[in-house]
Amino acid sequence: MMAHAFFFYFFSFIAVVSAIMVTVSKNTVHSVFFLILDFISISSLFIMIGAEFLGMIMLIVYVGAVAVLFLFVVMMLNVAKQKNTWFKSSTNSAHIPIGLLVSIIIFFEVIIVIGGWKYKPELSNKIVISDVTNTHSIGNVLYTDYIHLFQLSGMVLLVAMIGAIVLTFRKREGLKRQSYFKQLSRERNEGVSLINVKSHQGVKIDD
Amino acid sequence: MIEIGIGHYLTLGAIIFLIGIVGIFLNRKNIIVILMSIELILLAVNINLVSFSIYMNDISGQIFTLFILTVAAAEAAIGLAIIVVYYRNSGTIRVEEIEKLKG
Repeated sequence: MMAHAFFFYFFSFIAVVSAIMVTVSKNTVHSVFFLILDFISISSLFIMIGAEFLGMIMLIVYVGAVAVLFLFVVMMLNVAKQKNTWFKSSTNSAHIPIGLLVSIIIFFEVIIVIGGWKYKPELSNKIVISDVTNTHSIGNVLYTDYIHLFQLSGMVLLVAMIGAIVLTFRKREGLKRQSYFKQLSRERNEGVSLINVKSHQGVKIDD
Repeated sequence: MIEIGIGHYLTLGAIIFLIGIVGIFLNRKNIIVILMSIELILLAVNINLVSFSIYMNDISGQIFTLFILTVAAAEAAIGLAIIVVYYRNSGTIRVEEIEKLKG
């Protein structure tokens, strides 16, 4: 129990600090790095609490795919040098008080919810350790009860992929490309012509 | 303090959720940081679902977390594609200068 408390406070401290650094960091590339650190510490928490499969999936999906995607876009768009300042706005900054007000209201709402919350009596404070592994039990449920939702999430990913390709696709002008169909469907009489060349006159090409 | 219960995990989720919301509201320069704040919010929701799932001994919360993960990945891909297209068309992605909709 002591180790549980120690690792919980350790990882959650790193997670909260890196989440703050994501939003206040001056450099966008540093924000992405702190996002990666946040995901890694949260997935360590998941592994520690007993959801190993989700922790590993978080590592693979977020750190391996989403964060790298963010990094690619940040480097492609050349916004890494763009300063990320909160309160030094050159134009009108009428949104800052309203944003602060809404943030404070949400903060106190969450405080009220957490402070006034009572545990259900049957909700034990202990982690139940079962015999089957976490991955096994997820697979038992995911491919039977939730099979339709599983396939629908595959469709969501397909739509996202097609949408991203369609959005960023553009035809470039003045680019010479190889056309296999034109190459292979070429006939002899299109490219070769027989000409009777008279002597001392030659032949004009390309007329 | 030593006994880590579900309340600790819910508090952690609430703190990260709040950081994400404050990041959306107060960020003025860079729209990519707004997308990262949305990822933080989804992460906080995942923390809540997983901790309830573990402490109530019900696997459904982890299944929902998987689906949220899928939707978050799709949303990041689409959002970044939109940002790339906007940058190509207008040359900037600073939040102050995106005013085509007159919002």
